[in-house]
Amino acid sequence: MQNLIRFIQRHQFFFLFLLLVTGAVLLTASHQQYQQTFFLRSTNAIAGRVYNTVNQFTGYLVLNKVNRQLLEDNTRLLGRQRENFIVSDETVFMAGDTLYQRRFTYMHADVINNSVTRRNNYLTLNKGLAHGMAPDMGLITSAGIAGIVVNVSEHFSVAMSLLHSDMLVSAKILKNDHIGTLSWEGNNYRKAHMSYIPPHVELEPGDTIVTSGYSTVFPENIFIGTIEDWKIRRGETFYTATIDLAMDFNTIPYVYVVKNLMKEEQDELELSVLPDL
Amino acid sequence: MLRLHWRYALLFIVLVLIQVLILNNILLGGYMNPQLYVLFVLMLPLNIPGWLLLLLSFVLGFVIDVFSESMAIHAASTVFLAFCRPAVIRIVVGTIHGEAAKIPSLSGFGNFSLIIYSLILILLHHSALFFLEIFRFTEFMQTVSRIIVSSGLTLVFVVLGFALLERSFTR
Repeated sequence: MQNLIRFIQRHQFFFLFLLLVTGAVLLTASHQQYQQTFFLRSTNAIAGRVYNTVNQFTGYLVLNKVNRQLLEDNTRLLGRQRENFIVSDETVFMAGDTLYQRRFTYMHADVINNSVTRRNNYLTLNKGLAHGMAPDMGLITSAGIAGIVVNVSEHFSVAMSLLHSDMLVSAKILKNDHIGTLSWEGNNYRKAHMSYIPPHVELEPGDTIVTSGYSTVFPENIFIGTIEDWKIRRGETFYTATIDLAMDFNTIPYVYVVKNLMKEEQDELELSVLPDL
Repeated sequence: MLRLHWRYALLFIVLVLIQVLILNNILLGGYMNPQLYVLFVLMLPLNIPGWLLLLLSFVLGFVIDVFSESMAIHAASTVFLAFCRPAVIRIVVGTIHGEAAKIPSLSGFGNFSLIIYSLILILLHHSALFFLEIFRFTEFMQTVSRIIVSSGLTLVFVVLGFALLERSFTR
């Protein structure tokens, strides 16, 4: 025993190093399932407040762009108003008709921290539990999908950006409804990759890629980007296409948060069939 | 003139702020991200006790982690850097220069030794950092290229930092 203590004392530098590194690596590894990570992320009060303050100043730099985007959004939504349509179907719907049930609701949030330079990037938003945010909500902008909320504190939340190695999005080719998996492979933050496209599918540069609606996070037909190039990679049997992302992730001043009101129902049902999922 | 450990405290805060508010937001060639904050560990006095060296590195890395939502990868890689520091000093600088200088600096180590000393430790730090970040070996060559490019960039910043702080820390 005495010898052991003396041994540890003599090599205290090494043992302290071992202790600290093990601690840090364990923390990191436990974060790979990102649920129990409450205190670490910038959701915590200090970091959130610092970023919020900085954002109040830097926000002015992008006002021009934000205004133009909002104008575009408004124009698009104006075109969808009911006054623009005539009713061609004479069927009468009653108030509270169960044929129309709301599936998605939206709110907006400011992005107060964001990165594109790392392999795993995150967005910090200035809305949290108090505003009704919860993990697994989707983030979209008028230019496409931005990410998924992973962690929420009282007033802030952190979302996994589309530019993250764990982010896989179910996407489809708009013109023929073929499904693939969208992921980001690092390097260029303007390009993503869509894999598992069957080789008999005819592709053309510029084909539109949208969300498939298979996930419970994003609604169907949210624009993601366009096909730039495709090939069958060595050792694979499916096409992998390079996607030109419509969104410039380096300038996201705000996002729309998507809440799926029927998420639990769908998840529960799917889990009852696939318990391992 | 401030006492030495207050100067280090100030350096700690300034480096964290520069790293978190400026460098983490700069986009250089797509995916280069200089990690200037390691300058703090590189600059700590040579006679610092081992446990303090490791603990300060852990705290520094952890603060950076909290601000960059990166779990504890900066903490782990900065502690790794601190662990390697004494050995690298012994190998690169030897004992002759090492005794004359109290703090790693351009004048104390000599320009060439200081750059080699910084380069080796930065490479070790970045290797740990980027492999922990991706947490897999599948994108090996891409990760290696990120390590090399970012290390070069960090080295430039670190050497500039040494040159700027030379006078205020060696007196």
